[in-house]
Parts: sequence; C-alpha cells; structure tokens
Amino acid sequence: MSVWGVVAFWGLAAVTLLAALLVVSLRNLVYSVLWLAVTFLGIAGLYLLLEADFLAFVQVLIYAGAVCIMVIFAVMLTQQGGMGRTSLFNYRNVQVAGPVVLAVFAVMAGLAGVLDRYAVSTERVPPDTVGQLAVMLLSKYVVAFEVAAVLLLVALVGAIVLAREVKPGE
Amino acid sequence: MSNPVVAVGLNHFIVLSALLFAVGLFGVLTKRNAVAVLICIELMLNAVNLNLVAVNKFITPTAFIGQVFAVFVITVAAAEVGVGLAIIIAIYRNRLTVNLDEFDWLKW
Repeated sequence: MSVWGVVAFWGLAAVTLLAALLVVSLRNLVYSVLWLAVTFLGIAGLYLLLEADFLAFVQVLIYAGAVCIMVIFAVMLTQQGGMGRTSLFNYRNVQVAGPVVLAVFAVMAGLAGVLDRYAVSTERVPPDTVGQLAVMLLSKYVVAFEVAAVLLLVALVGAIVLAREVKPGE
Repeated sequence: MSNPVVAVGLNHFIVLSALLFAVGLFGVLTKRNAVAVLICIELMLNAVNLNLVAVNKFITPTAFIGQVFAVFVITVAAAEVGVGLAIIIAIYRNRLTVNLDEFDWLKW
C-alpha cells in the first residue's frame, strides 16, 4: 500500500468511526440516519482501498442509497410530533451493555492475533473483480445465488403484506 | 512499500471492523427506538462485511470467496431491513409507539 493508501486508510477509518459513534449517540433519529449514510460511504471508500470496486459500488447503491432512504421513510411513518428526542438510550441497559460490549471487543481484537498464522499473500487482486464474481456466482455458488433471489422475492412480498393498510371489516 | 510502522495491514482492518461492530452492538443493546436498533444492526453487518473483504484482500486475493460472501451478506441485510421496517410499521399501527420497552405482549 502506497503512502497515499495509508493516509486514505486513516482518514476513512476516522470518518467511518466518528460517523458510527454519532449514529449511536445522537438523539434525533433523522440525524442518526444521515450519519449512517456517511458511515456507509466511508466503508465504500475502504472497499475501494481493498480493491473491491464492485462491492464499493454496491455499498453506495444499496446501503447509502436504498437502505438509508427506506429507514428515513420508516422514521417519518412512525413518529408523531417532533423529531428532537426520538432516539434515546435506555439508561438501565447502559450499565450492563458497556462491560458486555467491552468484553466482546476485547475478544475480537485478541482474535486478530490468531490471524497471524495465515500467511499474508503477496499476490494482487485481479483488476477484473466483476467478471470473477460473476463466474463464481453462476458456477460454484449458483444454488446460493438462486436461493438469495427467492429470499429477496419473499422479503418483498412479505414487506408489502405486513405494511399494507388493513381496512376495518376486511 | 513504506516502512512497517506506518504500513496498513490486515490487523488494522480487523481492529477497525471490531470497533465498528462494538459501536453497533452497544446501540443494539441500549437504544429504545426500534428503528434505531435496526440501524445499529446494519452497522454490525457492515463491520462483518469489512472483515470479509479485508481477509479476502490480504490472505486469498485471487480466490474472491470473501467478496462473494459479502455480496450474500448485503442481500440478506437488504431483505432483513425491508421486512424489519414493515414489521415496525405494522406494530406502530397497533400500538402507536416504536419504544421497545412497550412491546411487552409476551410478558404476563
């Protein structure tokens, strides 16, 4: 990774983490979702840094685009009155959650050391990521690919059925 | 290649994604609004994806398995957020609230 890659990593990591902290800590849910979009864009930048350009585009399209818009709609549909204090903490849970989260993080960061037993490859990622992914998705992973397609269809129909307005007497 | 002190390796990405995961987990455990909890679950799923892509790049750059898994995780996450929001809207229509403390049908 070149010097600019290192600079880009630290910049993107700082932006992503800061935005994620704001997502969790802000009290206004709409602002939370806007910072969520910033987090997703930061992760898309990290994907570009990791030479996963197709995933970076997917991240921008699906997460920063579709998911954030959908969440904003859900927020608007489920709030009455102001947005000022829509995303509060449950302070009874904070005392329990703090140590739990710290323990989980310690375990995960500790496990990062285990990865040292796998040799870091010196090969480069092939530049044509879309072609490679397409071949894999339609050959070795074709069953999972088709199941994912059915899953998306089921989720679509299920979401429509669940969120449909129920008329009285129906 | 720059010197090893400033070089960014696999461990940097692992720790970053662990931090993101921890932030998301904290939100899931402490937020009162059901939509906020769903947002934090998305954060956690993104941390996992970052991990998959980083391992793919540094350990098996030509195999692409990590990227394929990330594609599937993104698919499932999209389905999950769609159905989850629909459920929250349906519950809101019954109870006029999205506060998780008031979703207590299963208590007696």
